[in-house]
Amino acid sequence: MTLRRSKRDPEFPPYLYEAYRATVLRSPRQPPVTIPTTLSEVTGPGPALVGILPEDSDLTTNMGTGQPAMGERIIVTGRVLDEHGQGQPRTLVEIWQANAAGRYRHRKDQHNAPLDPNFLGYGRCLTDETGTYRFTTIRPGAYPWENHPNAWRPSHIHFSLFGPSWTSRLVTQMYFPGDPLQPLDPILNAIPTEAARQRLIARYDHTVTQPAWALGFRFDIVLRGPEATPFEEPEPIAAERR
Amino acid sequence: MKTVALALTPPQTIGPFFHGLVRARLNVLVSPQTLGDRIRIDGVVLDGKRDPVSDAMVEIWQANAAGRYRHPADTREVPLDPAFTGFGRAATDDEGRFWFETIRPGRVPFTGRIEQAPHINVMVFARGLLHHLCTRLYFPDDPLTEADPVLNLVPASRRGTLIAARVPSAAVPSYRFDIILQGEGETVFFEV
Repeated sequence: MTLRRSKRDPEFPPYLYEAYRATVLRSPRQPPVTIPTTLSEVTGPGPALVGILPEDSDLTTNMGTGQPAMGERIIVTGRVLDEHGQGQPRTLVEIWQANAAGRYRHRKDQHNAPLDPNFLGYGRCLTDETGTYRFTTIRPGAYPWENHPNAWRPSHIHFSLFGPSWTSRLVTQMYFPGDPLQPLDPILNAIPTEAARQRLIARYDHTVTQPAWALGFRFDIVLRGPEATPFEEPEPIAAERR
Repeated sequence: MKTVALALTPPQTIGPFFHGLVRARLNVLVSPQTLGDRIRIDGVVLDGKRDPVSDAMVEIWQANAAGRYRHPADTREVPLDPAFTGFGRAATDDEGRFWFETIRPGRVPFTGRIEQAPHINVMVFARGLLHHLCTRLYFPDDPLTEADPVLNLVPASRRGTLIAARVPSAAVPSYRFDIILQGEGETVFFEV
């Protein structure tokens, strides 16, 4: 069986990565069909999405119980950039994560770790005019999963971003520096190069850290631009007839 | 040729525990004020064994009834509908099912004077998908569908996976659009 990865970027994970078992029955076996970027691809819902409240970005309090979430409080911030280094303003950034004990608030998470009544585990914000986002949350715990014997996911925070177009949609995960579980994690290791894996590992940033309050981590995210799709295949129809 | 200055952030799976992203009614794109013909879309996401994918998230993005996207890149003299964003999001249930209530989109341009057939852009996220999948839904009862320039980039034998099936005798025009991730009848996915 051959591993296939996106021809858009050789550093992206392949659809089929057998060490991550769920890919075996879910990865498409046919190559994707390359299409040109039409108005459908250069547009996207990002600019249409609004309705974010400031309190949505603080996961230590957005459960709304009046009591803070338990665990190691952290600040996660960074810039959302396009391939040319331009900050992407008004980008919806959504995050979700396990609590400090490694448990998600989700009916299918049966990990025998306590739920924190004061931790929802979901947050969102819009980037500012420089493309900067910022969350206050707690450091998520590692947790076991059934992928292989003694499998534990390294601590991570899920990220969803819209960017300026349909082509810049991204769902990814942020990992923490120095986590010994990372070399054992098939999801992180599905990324084929060490350099690209490192791009998902946040940096501890002492300038973000707040005294007697929270540790700071910086995680910048680079999104594809709508112009990035090459269209190399001959068009079978007379698309350019005038 | 474009110079790529920064390396892209790689994608990762959405995992099984994303459901807090799917707030109530995000799969209903219409309000009483929305212009256009109401439609309903029902589908199921299936894996290579034809088992339902119960932890998928499906997103759609479409033009309004007049064929205008709510986006600054769409600068045409076509009216925006203040009661329509064009974005929807749904999670599959235990049987792998999802549904949307929306409007039939209008036509949007391809190149030159060529128009695309009305279509809905679809993305699929799920545990086991290290990168989301992009596809399109076309309408079987639209006169432009057969000539659509994007649909015609797809091998003829596979085009049918992108054309929804009209569900007869539904109160609102309803379409069935199943997404098969792998194997026989595998949905066509696009590199966009």
